[in-house]
Amino acid sequence: MPFKSTVGDYQTVATLETFGFLPPFTQDEIYDQIAYIIAQGWSPLVEHVHPSNSMATYWSYWKLPFFGEKDLNVIVSELEACHRAYPDHHVRLVGYDAYTQSQGSCFVVFEGR
Amino acid sequence: MAKKYDAGVKEYRDTYWTPDYVPLDSDLLACFKCTGQEGVPREEVAAAVAAESSTGTWSTVWSELLTDLDFYKGRCYRIEDVPGDKEAFYAFIAYPLDLFEEGSITNVLTSLVGNVFGFKALRHLRLEDIRFPLAFIKTCMGPPNGIQVERDRMNKYGRPLLGCTIKPKLGLSGKNYGRVVYECLRGGLDFTKDDENINSQPFQRWQNRFEFVAEAVKLSEQETGEKKGHYLNCTAATPEEMYERAEFAKELGQPIIMHDYITGGFTANTGLAKWCRKNGMLLHIHRAMHAVIDRHPKHGIHFRVLAKCLRLSGGDQLHTGTVVGKLEGDRQSTLGYIDQLRESFVPEDRSRGNFFDQDWGSMGGVFAVASGGIHVWHMPALVSIFGDDSVLQFGGGTHGHPWGSAAGAAANRVALEACVKARNAGREIEREGRDILLEAAKHSPELAIALETWKEIKFEFDTVDKLDVN
Repeated sequence: MPFKSTVGDYQTVATLETFGFLPPFTQDEIYDQIAYIIAQGWSPLVEHVHPSNSMATYWSYWKLPFFGEKDLNVIVSELEACHRAYPDHHVRLVGYDAYTQSQGSCFVVFEGR
Repeated sequence: MAKKYDAGVKEYRDTYWTPDYVPLDSDLLACFKCTGQEGVPREEVAAAVAAESSTGTWSTVWSELLTDLDFYKGRCYRIEDVPGDKEAFYAFIAYPLDLFEEGSITNVLTSLVGNVFGFKALRHLRLEDIRFPLAFIKTCMGPPNGIQVERDRMNKYGRPLLGCTIKPKLGLSGKNYGRVVYECLRGGLDFTKDDENINSQPFQRWQNRFEFVAEAVKLSEQETGEKKGHYLNCTAATPEEMYERAEFAKELGQPIIMHDYITGGFTANTGLAKWCRKNGMLLHIHRAMHAVIDRHPKHGIHFRVLAKCLRLSGGDQLHTGTVVGKLEGDRQSTLGYIDQLRESFVPEDRSRGNFFDQDWGSMGGVFAVASGGIHVWHMPALVSIFGDDSVLQFGGGTHGHPWGSAAGAAANRVALEACVKARNAGREIEREGRDILLEAAKHSPELAIALETWKEIKFEFDTVDKLDVN
């Protein structure tokens, strides 16, 4: 009888920090996360970088942080505009928290190639 | 009016029981749970605690009159019943700021929990809480980096951090140990940790461990594209050796080191924290020996005091128990001292065991570390209890995965991210935890197997140290 192992092989994956281990979000799931950022009182911010430089501390801002923006659709269209302008770049959405000077949320929405 | 010297023994309460006293903002306040010997009045017991932990001794002495003792003495200003306990009571004591050396937690504890704990008129004594005045807090450096700086250094945002202790905790060679670190980090953990027992034993000397671990950290960062770290334990027999290890960790380019602050001692800890601030290193703090001191409900020191002392002495991460795992921890009480680690102001709240308003001023926060007997099924509860500013550490829950540590790490990472995503989307993750994990397992065979492996494991024992409530 041929030996069949029950042990699987775990292959290392290159990921982009938070939510990197989940499948890409659907449009609705992205809406949920933007709504969370806005509900926390954080400012949405869109950043992008060429994949060769993804570990850099500073990614390029897309325009400026959207201080005080409460409209989900504005944020979605800015994410898409950034992706159109830099189709080969990673694009991430940040919930910027001015009180802690930190990021309450941060995840990649479009992966560049 | 100068006082006259009157030799002999006075009752403590004549001098140290002052119910009319209104504490000053600059006073250090303490709440003790006292259980006196039978027949000794409460006021006398409470006053004795105030005296013996500040200026007093058992007899009147002439040299007291060389100073203004009323300026320096500790005073008991309030006595309260302990809910649900007929024999114990709370004594609230105010200490003038000048009794303590600036920036020295060692000095504060030497006074407050020194000789007084062996005092014969007491059967038991427990220090429940300390209100540190802001004037004292500003003399302490506190966490070398704090939560915000640690997130920026490690590039981790919007979720709890994920770690695990390397197992078996003793007996691996340096190279084998580094292998386990590498497996965990490539599988998706942010941090791995030296077990507290690992210092520099014959089977694995510290330089050897540091070198192999550094290689594992570097390689896993290259392969995953994420920031990684391993808490290199610098706890040692002498401060000189401790600093030597810390310097070598820095030389290897490592982001974080580790210290055991109770067995190592507050003086060593405060010194190492200052070294970390100066050298740009994160500091993880383990708490071996704490349960000896904090577990008995009537004697010792409550962990909320030890947690406050650590924040002042300095550390960027501190173990706090898990509430749900294999180690002791009441939920409300744990939430109470987690606040003391992370918030800038914590209001008095007896339902969480906080006896005083505590203003931390601008002092940085400390990540709460939940570690000990937890596995993927606990993830929804852990994310809900501890929130984002925490490190969740699964030891057996990582290495015990049937496919090994890398798959175990990936299972935990998937579970963590699924819970955070669901929480952000407005779901009640503790109630819907099962569904959230099973949905996430559909696209992660590692998680599916982990859920199957640990489905029966629970640690449901009653808590020994409960909050005092009716």
